[in-house]
Amino acid sequence: MRDKLPFEIKKRQNPSGLGVITVSFLALLGAFIVASIVFWAYGANPVNAYRALFSGAFGGLYEISETVRRATPLLLIGVGLVIAFKAKFWNIGAEGQLFLGAIAASWVALFSPIPDPLLIPAMFFFGFLAGAAWGLIPAFLKSKLGINDVITTLMLNYVAINLVLYLVQGPWKGETQWGFPYTDKFPSVARLPTLGNTNVHWITLVIGVLAAVLIYFLINRTTPGFEIRVLGSSPPAGRFAGMSYVKTTLLVMFISGGMAGMAGVGEVAGIHHMLMNPAELSLGYGYTAIIVAWLARKNPLSVIVTSLFFGAIFAGGNAIKVSLGLPFQITDVFNGLILFFLIGSELLMSYKIEWRRKE
Amino acid sequence: MEDWIVGTLSRTLAYSAPLLLATLGEIYSERSGVLNLGVEGMMILGAVSAFATAFITGNPWLGMLIAGIAGGVASLLHGFVSITLRANQVVSGLALTMLGLGLSGLFGRGFEGKPLEATISNVTVPLLKDIPYLGEILFVSQSPIVYIALALTPVMSFILFHTSVGITIRSVGENPSAADSAGINVWRVRYLCVLVGGVLAGVAGGYLSIAYRPAWTTGMTNGMGWLVIALTIFASWNPSRGLLGALLFGALMHLSFRLQPWVAPELLKMMPYGSAILALVILSIGTLKRSMGAPDALQQPYVRGEK
Repeated sequence: MRDKLPFEIKKRQNPSGLGVITVSFLALLGAFIVASIVFWAYGANPVNAYRALFSGAFGGLYEISETVRRATPLLLIGVGLVIAFKAKFWNIGAEGQLFLGAIAASWVALFSPIPDPLLIPAMFFFGFLAGAAWGLIPAFLKSKLGINDVITTLMLNYVAINLVLYLVQGPWKGETQWGFPYTDKFPSVARLPTLGNTNVHWITLVIGVLAAVLIYFLINRTTPGFEIRVLGSSPPAGRFAGMSYVKTTLLVMFISGGMAGMAGVGEVAGIHHMLMNPAELSLGYGYTAIIVAWLARKNPLSVIVTSLFFGAIFAGGNAIKVSLGLPFQITDVFNGLILFFLIGSELLMSYKIEWRRKE
Repeated sequence: MEDWIVGTLSRTLAYSAPLLLATLGEIYSERSGVLNLGVEGMMILGAVSAFATAFITGNPWLGMLIAGIAGGVASLLHGFVSITLRANQVVSGLALTMLGLGLSGLFGRGFEGKPLEATISNVTVPLLKDIPYLGEILFVSQSPIVYIALALTPVMSFILFHTSVGITIRSVGENPSAADSAGINVWRVRYLCVLVGGVLAGVAGGYLSIAYRPAWTTGMTNGMGWLVIALTIFASWNPSRGLLGALLFGALMHLSFRLQPWVAPELLKMMPYGSAILALVILSIGTLKRSMGAPDALQQPYVRGEK
């Protein structure tokens, strides 16, 4: 039966750069078309919805700043995930690592004896360490005991969420918050400066861009980066060459977890100025960043672009929520659809269709 | 104290049922070589569609049917992307969970906080209920779905290990090219197993929203689907051990409510997730150097003529 098809599918050696971009673009288009069916089923006019989405993300300076603000945590986490995915480590736990970073930053801001001028650097330092520590647990369990990384990173997300809830409802509950599950507000010396009247905490953004460049060089120009790539594509080959799987896995997750931790620092120190309900603290940035890293085809520099794209979806989704009364879960629908179309279309990139000549 | 233990065990069963149903399904899916990380998404789609159906039609059993169909349709999406399009199974499953959580939040919003009249109520089995202890645990005020889940376990275990259907499924998951040479349609077997997983996950979700605690709240599965993935590994892809694991984690989830007068609820809620990691650690030390029993071709798309 297969031989009667009018075309033949042949394997391609190396997908071309233009091919990758074209297929990615078509995948996004496909996802948007299916999403418009969802809009329509929900009773919203898809054209209006996309118009609201677009103007909510790019309609003016403030809208653009909101896109950048949402892109910031995605950039930091996404760059960290790229390095994990390069090593074939499934870090699905960036959400939890983000919360650990937020907890550490809140501790520094509210309870530590660290002198004022050092507060902000200390928040990033301890936030990185806390996220990294949370990431090292599954790294250790996988490399030493062979325990599935998807499961452990995910389970730790739920542990982290409940840890935040415990802190804000228990020992860290603020005295000036009228019983709400928030910590007290951070002192002003522990708040990140923002650009003008926007929510763009530029220090975090700069850290993200620098990290993208550094990690690009780490992966492509250094010995540890070479080991990450080799062990990611063929662990036996790497071991044969004397590389340490354990050491590389720990290094990768130290960086990956730490980046997510710093994203958490940015959210509490730059936006909310307190530790709060996890669902309000992160809109699922840790999960969305997986798509950010995947769409960037595991290239840290491309993450700068893809994080902006998903930042726009978050900002636009927020605008739709306000103007069309759609719940914020619409961004989850977008994310799921885009991810499906992206991976579904990968076959198109590594194979080409050749039409049979009519005889 | 006796009452407390009997009560805890009885409620443990009620908590274990959805975990067991979804785990049995995931075991079949993974035994055929397809990892489906979309359990959380399929469960929540089952939960919302069961609630909506029961709310609108007033028929809870129709709700369960629709829940199974919803889970099944969702699983076929994963099947299409990972079997036919040969995409990465981990990422496809994640996408399914995101989509399921998103769609259920979107279309479930109108049902949030609505009271449900048409629920599947608990039953008490006459005569059997008088057996000391056991009767009170198993046969007093227990959901019929619990019995279905318990009955399915030996049936699915028997099919998997003692029938030709089971050999077919396992051979497709262990060595698809050999199965293909033996004339087995690898794709069809995988699709069917993924479908079984989806239907059971959907029913498990339906049980949560119209039988266990009839109500719809956004995100109500709350990580249960991920526990199922851990349970499948914990069970070494074996249905009877799946029952054991489901009971264990059902007990933990129930205890996290029971112990609330003494310990902060947030800390208790960490317990099942932390224990899942702990269980895998113990298991991996116990079986060190030995295979944990994962199907050889798990996560590997099958392409004819390629190794």
